[in-house]
Amino acid sequence: MSLPLYLWQRLTAAVMAPLVLVHVAVIFYASRKGLSAGDILGRTRGSLMWASFYGAFVAAAALHAAIGVRNVLIEWSPLGEGRAGMFSTLFGLLLLVLGLRAVAAVVLP
Amino acid sequence: MSETSPELTVSLWRGAQQGRYVAYKVPMRASQTVLDVVTFVQRHLDPTLAYRFACRVGVCGSCAMTVNGRPRWTCRTHVSKVSKGGRIEIGPLENLPVIKDLATDMRPFFEKWQQAEGSFVPSKTRHDPIETIAPGSAARMAADAAIECINCGVCYAACDTVRWDASYLGPAALNRAWSLVNDQRDAGGAVRLRAIAGSGGCQLCHSHQSCQEYCPQSLNPTRSIAGLKRRATRAYLSGELKA
Repeated sequence: MSLPLYLWQRLTAAVMAPLVLVHVAVIFYASRKGLSAGDILGRTRGSLMWASFYGAFVAAAALHAAIGVRNVLIEWSPLGEGRAGMFSTLFGLLLLVLGLRAVAAVVLP
Repeated sequence: MSETSPELTVSLWRGAQQGRYVAYKVPMRASQTVLDVVTFVQRHLDPTLAYRFACRVGVCGSCAMTVNGRPRWTCRTHVSKVSKGGRIEIGPLENLPVIKDLATDMRPFFEKWQQAEGSFVPSKTRHDPIETIAPGSAARMAADAAIECINCGVCYAACDTVRWDASYLGPAALNRAWSLVNDQRDAGGAVRLRAIAGSGGCQLCHSHQSCQEYCPQSLNPTRSIAGLKRRATRAYLSGELKA
């Protein structure tokens, strides 16, 4: 792993730490208040705040996971750095697309 | 050591990279070390056994082997501490090519030490006055904490990251680099920084801490590597590494 990738992984971890806490708090809040799907969508649709929050979360998670998967593949599989990089880039893009699709589903009006 | 059992069953690795463990019966002695056991086999049972040692007192670092799955100095390991039911298994150090039996090829270990720029680069000549270094300064204390390594290879053999990634410089080389990074007399900082932050550098460490767990000198290479990570991060962000 190059130093820039190492730093990106630490940076995205630092970004995700508070986001995870807020995300978990939101889950507890929604379940304890008994919010319905409609209630939740009513608050998230058209909300720039929730779009930014979960958009940043998805971007950080996709980058963080891709770098981690790349390391795992380099250390634990016979794939070389090149192929591990290619596979993990595709994996990161997949996470990004799936994540942003989910965010779009709850924030687009 | 079981006082009632007069003999110890010792399994020794025989062969090179491919080989097998062969069992030998060795008489038990008071205050017997694992190195004594290996020496007994070589002198009395099989003179073709290859192993390496020099000082026998924990100074040279050449007798490290894998004892019951754990890398150790055999000269400073008492049989009574490690034998299980009168049995011991002794193999070569892991993560290094085996030359023969218990002797490993230490070249990759020392080559990485050189790749990490582990040599002191003087910044002054013999005509300059001796530099005064405050013993209590933070840099001197950090260097001091890392300086007692004798390059036995125990940490290298214990390191999971070395096992998984052949390019990783390893705990001993990086620990040495950390002691030089903190040496205010040294002039090789810029080159060394690029070496420890490049491919195979400090950022590969997973902080599993096997190195500090097994180091017979009770050093903490993990802490040294963490220091290098901080130093490398600062250097990268300030553009020092691009220069």
